[in-house]
Amino acid sequence: MGGLSGSFVLLIVLLLAADIMFTSMADFKTALGKPEIQAAFKLTLISCTVAAILSVWVGTPLGYLLSRYKFPGRWLVDTLVDIPIVLPPLVLGLSLLILFHLKIGEWELEAWLREDVGFPVTFRWPAVILAQFSVACAFAVRTMRVTFDQINPRTEDVARTLGCTRCQAFLQVALPQAWRGIIAAGTISWARALGEFGPILVFAGATRMRTEVLSTSVFLELSIGNLDAAVAVSLLMVAMAVVVLLILRVLGTGLTS
Amino acid sequence: MIELQNVTIIAGKFFLKQLSLKVAAGEYAVLMGQTGHGKTTILESICGLRNVTAGKILIRDQNVTDFLPGDREIGYVPQDLALFPTMTVQQNLEFGLKLRKWPAAEIASRTLELSGVLNIRTILNRSVKALSGGESQRVALGRALSFRPSVLLLDEPFSALDESTRAEMHELLRTVTKSSDVTTLHITHSTQEAEALANRRFVLKDGLISETIVHSAVV
Repeated sequence: MGGLSGSFVLLIVLLLAADIMFTSMADFKTALGKPEIQAAFKLTLISCTVAAILSVWVGTPLGYLLSRYKFPGRWLVDTLVDIPIVLPPLVLGLSLLILFHLKIGEWELEAWLREDVGFPVTFRWPAVILAQFSVACAFAVRTMRVTFDQINPRTEDVARTLGCTRCQAFLQVALPQAWRGIIAAGTISWARALGEFGPILVFAGATRMRTEVLSTSVFLELSIGNLDAAVAVSLLMVAMAVVVLLILRVLGTGLTS
Repeated sequence: MIELQNVTIIAGKFFLKQLSLKVAAGEYAVLMGQTGHGKTTILESICGLRNVTAGKILIRDQNVTDFLPGDREIGYVPQDLALFPTMTVQQNLEFGLKLRKWPAAEIASRTLELSGVLNIRTILNRSVKALSGGESQRVALGRALSFRPSVLLLDEPFSALDESTRAEMHELLRTVTKSSDVTTLHITHSTQEAEALANRRFVLKDGLISETIVHSAVV
């Protein structure tokens, strides 16, 4: 049992060690000095942060709703929320692409956004955020639901007898108790968005300096045979993921109030 | 005054039918009965936290059946006390007063008065997570009484206390309920507690309030 568990930990260590041994500091600096990679790094930071904020924004009330209320079709909502987690990433990207380009009569969502709203999405940076959000939000909802499941609903009941509306009880009593869960949801969403690749490739494309994020950088560098740069970017992503995991660890996983 | 008139409560497969009880203004009543027979459900319905299917709930002779919990003017202490864990003792006491938009001076004076009566003045700035069982009971009682409700509902609040602290809390309850002239309905399993506090006793059995004993007035 211990040996089996130990071998998994060893595998992770060996994977990271192999990446580190494969590249040198000079290769690392060269790769990260490329303007395309710097642009991808910048877009990654921005898109992951926006996707995480949106995920928490949507995931917190939805998680609360699923935790506290019984309503017709709750099981369906509960199941639907999990679909982005189990769906193959390419299928999710393809579904987003189809949604934006599906013609309903003469009307098309992407055409409407481009021509009437002046905010085209597909194969542009908003598509990167939407693709990341679509998956990350499902994790935020799950995390927030577990968080609210662990908070005593009686505190909100008492708040209501003291004069709170349901909304006030949520905002003034439940939400302050859920702050660790909110940070956990934000961190998990951010990390999930960082690792997203399939939906971004299909829905936003992999255009250098425009829709390229770090995960697509690894793919693009590999596709042109630049293994040193691909490994350097991978290590950068590993470092970012480690920082996120450390934040989670410091907060004690964030799932208890 | 608390009055239930033919109240029916249905919660899934569990139901209580045609319940009636009346607690006169200023009276201290206890509701007894076996676990799982619906005592908490009755209290939650009086508070407005659970809808009733039929019947009327009257508080101070006013039909409050369709009122929101906050509009019923009821102080409620649940079994687990449910103090707000992210707040201090003072913030817990002030919570209901701020919601009711009391002026700051009145909030301060009411908090001072309550903390004096309940002997918690020295712990006002302490987080409620750092309180002992007895201190938590006092804070929960203070929070429920803060806005001077006419009705106080207690759901086995002393079940987790040791005997001496419980006796202390009984004494405190007698003083506080008498001085605030509040009508009280208190769920308890303890006959001793009922005898020590109540001047009316209800027993819930088989879904009906089957027994009403007018007790010798202690309060």
